[in-house]
Amino acid sequence: MEFGRISRRHLLQGGAALTLGSAFGAGGARAADTTIGFIYVGSRDDYGYNQAHAQGAAALKKIAGLKVVEEEKVPETDAVEKTIESMINLDGASLLFPTSFGYYNPHMIKMAKKFPKLRFEHCGGLWSDTDPKNAGSYFGYIDEAQYISGIVAGYTSKSGKIGFVAAKPIPQVLRNINAFALGAKLANPKTTTQVIFTGDWSMPVKEAEATNSLIDQGVDVLTCHVDGPKTMVENAARRGAMVCGYHVNQSPLAPKAYLTGAEWNWEALYPKFVKMIAAGEAIPNFYRGGLKEGVVKTSPYGEAVSAEARKHADEIKAKFLSTEGYSIFKGGLMNNKGKTVIAAGTDRGQKDPELEKMDYLVKGVLGATS
Amino acid sequence: MTSDAADPAQAAGVAPAAAPGFLAGLLQRYGTTIEYILIPGAALVGALATFGLFVALFGKNPLDLYFYMYQGAFGTWFSWQNTLTRAAPLILTALCTALPAQLGMVIIGGEGALLIGALSATSVALVMPWAPPLVVQAAMVCAGVIGGGLWITLSGALRQYRGVNETISSLLLVYIGLAVLNHLVEGLMRDPASLNKPSTREIGAANMIGSIPGTDVHWGLVFGLVAALASYILIYHTVFGFSARVAGGNIRAAKIVGLGVNKLILTICFLAGGAAGIAGMIEVAAVQGRTNANLAAGYGFTGILVAFLARHNPLGIIPVAILLGGISASGGLLQRRLGLPDASVLVLQGIIFVFVLASDALYGRISFLKGKS
Repeated sequence: MEFGRISRRHLLQGGAALTLGSAFGAGGARAADTTIGFIYVGSRDDYGYNQAHAQGAAALKKIAGLKVVEEEKVPETDAVEKTIESMINLDGASLLFPTSFGYYNPHMIKMAKKFPKLRFEHCGGLWSDTDPKNAGSYFGYIDEAQYISGIVAGYTSKSGKIGFVAAKPIPQVLRNINAFALGAKLANPKTTTQVIFTGDWSMPVKEAEATNSLIDQGVDVLTCHVDGPKTMVENAARRGAMVCGYHVNQSPLAPKAYLTGAEWNWEALYPKFVKMIAAGEAIPNFYRGGLKEGVVKTSPYGEAVSAEARKHADEIKAKFLSTEGYSIFKGGLMNNKGKTVIAAGTDRGQKDPELEKMDYLVKGVLGATS
Repeated sequence: MTSDAADPAQAAGVAPAAAPGFLAGLLQRYGTTIEYILIPGAALVGALATFGLFVALFGKNPLDLYFYMYQGAFGTWFSWQNTLTRAAPLILTALCTALPAQLGMVIIGGEGALLIGALSATSVALVMPWAPPLVVQAAMVCAGVIGGGLWITLSGALRQYRGVNETISSLLLVYIGLAVLNHLVEGLMRDPASLNKPSTREIGAANMIGSIPGTDVHWGLVFGLVAALASYILIYHTVFGFSARVAGGNIRAAKIVGLGVNKLILTICFLAGGAAGIAGMIEVAAVQGRTNANLAAGYGFTGILVAFLARHNPLGIIPVAILLGGISASGGLLQRRLGLPDASVLVLQGIIFVFVLASDALYGRISFLKGKS
């Protein structure tokens, strides 16, 4: 009896393996029978980075003919290579989303070379011409959404002191801190943003300590850039401070304290990718976008956000969405050590590669990069 | 001890006799060995059954669970390779706990030795870009052994000369090791091109040790098997190993008979750390190609579990590491097919650990294994 069950399963798997390859190979006219694999470095209900991707995966599950397989807490070692292979060999996955930054090199590159007919999409934006053509990387200019959050935070803060709990002083994080601080200064030029680095992506104890210490120093609005903002949001709300979220909408965690937040919009991007594949279009290997392209979005305003703040934030958002766009980083911009980092007259648009190497904190940010 | 002493006479007299007598002789002769296989085996079956119940509580079919565990771990050639790849670092990190255990020490800092071993190996490879790959690889092995070895020797020395508990010191050294690694990777040794993922420079494709031909399993497995075998010979078939076991049994007696206990402890700690250091070197030279925070993947901590489950027997470590490698390899399939959270694998590991530790109480208490004839 038991053997019957096993062999039936084997048959099903064999069938899945046979359909593999035909799904994308043959002109991509049919999206049916396609299995898509998602790999997360943390748990998919972390109210943060991984949940944002899981929401994107959930959007794909709603599309008929697509099967989504997911695996969470996969470390950035050869374990992710084995997970990818297992999804290909045992589940028949033909499109893979290894979503963590550290999966890219050497792991995803190695797998893309090993399975040249399958498609690999990585979040982080590292693809270069020397990498395999069946691999791609996408990322979003989430600093645009952070800038909007900063404006709201600047209006809301009564003390003029804003807190930022950050993981590591790397370019992506520094860019978010700076965008947030510049937004806050746009609302209230006297605002300072105090930053505390915890040293790693998921350090709940340190994140809670940083949150408390910031509030003890008089900070009354906080935000963060760590993998799971839950700790900061809940602790800050408990202490009576206001918060801006990150990665996903954290308002369910703190309905009264939540102002707005910078969110990924993977639930829009992933179905778009799948549609492009089904229509036979090539996804650019290096894919970027901001608010206008719908890769990132802002959370709906909370009840504590004043009409004045909403108006100003909406105005700037409209500029981001307009065809001429809007630059956050433009000269003359000074860092918090008094040195000019962007000369007067220079306008660094979002796509400027210089911004990808950011190693400074702008004037108005209290803290140090090292 | 006593049954061993009675063995020769018994074996000579009873062996050719009738079946019941033969069985009794067999039990008397191999009773302990059978015990060592039967009790952990039963503990494992008990743990799997309990885990099945746990899964049934979530409304999943335990039979599906066992099937997917088997399929994900050992069901196909791919699954086997997946399992063996995961087992390779565990064999080496388990030795880091199992070797000092012969001396009665509980060292749980294999993770730290792995990180320092990796860092040392990477540093050596980066300073000799001119050397041919074989030389670089040999130097990396040496650097890994020395780096990891000295790291655990530190715990041994703190215990022998300063009276610091080695369990606590080795654990705390893990965090110091990780901090040292992060400090160097984000500072002095950082590759300026590694913008958002601070890493050292790459050791170069030519210096990578690659996979065992015909498989996807990297050479770390062979290093692990050789190290386990060498440790077994060292502990059970050399004067040094005998001295270590004497000192582990009764340290005062060892001192009275004139064994150099300090030297024994430091040497064993060095070898133990060296094994974990090789695991770190392998992670660099076979997997990552450079050092960064990804190396802290917890192999050192799982190694502790492996060593305890194997009752600190270097040969026992091999099947246990493969078993735990298999459990972790099948974890993905459990998530994907049964929708179980990742933590379920940790629950299973925990249940196994509790069952095996509890089964310790059974040794010497199963009457039919005592071979009373």
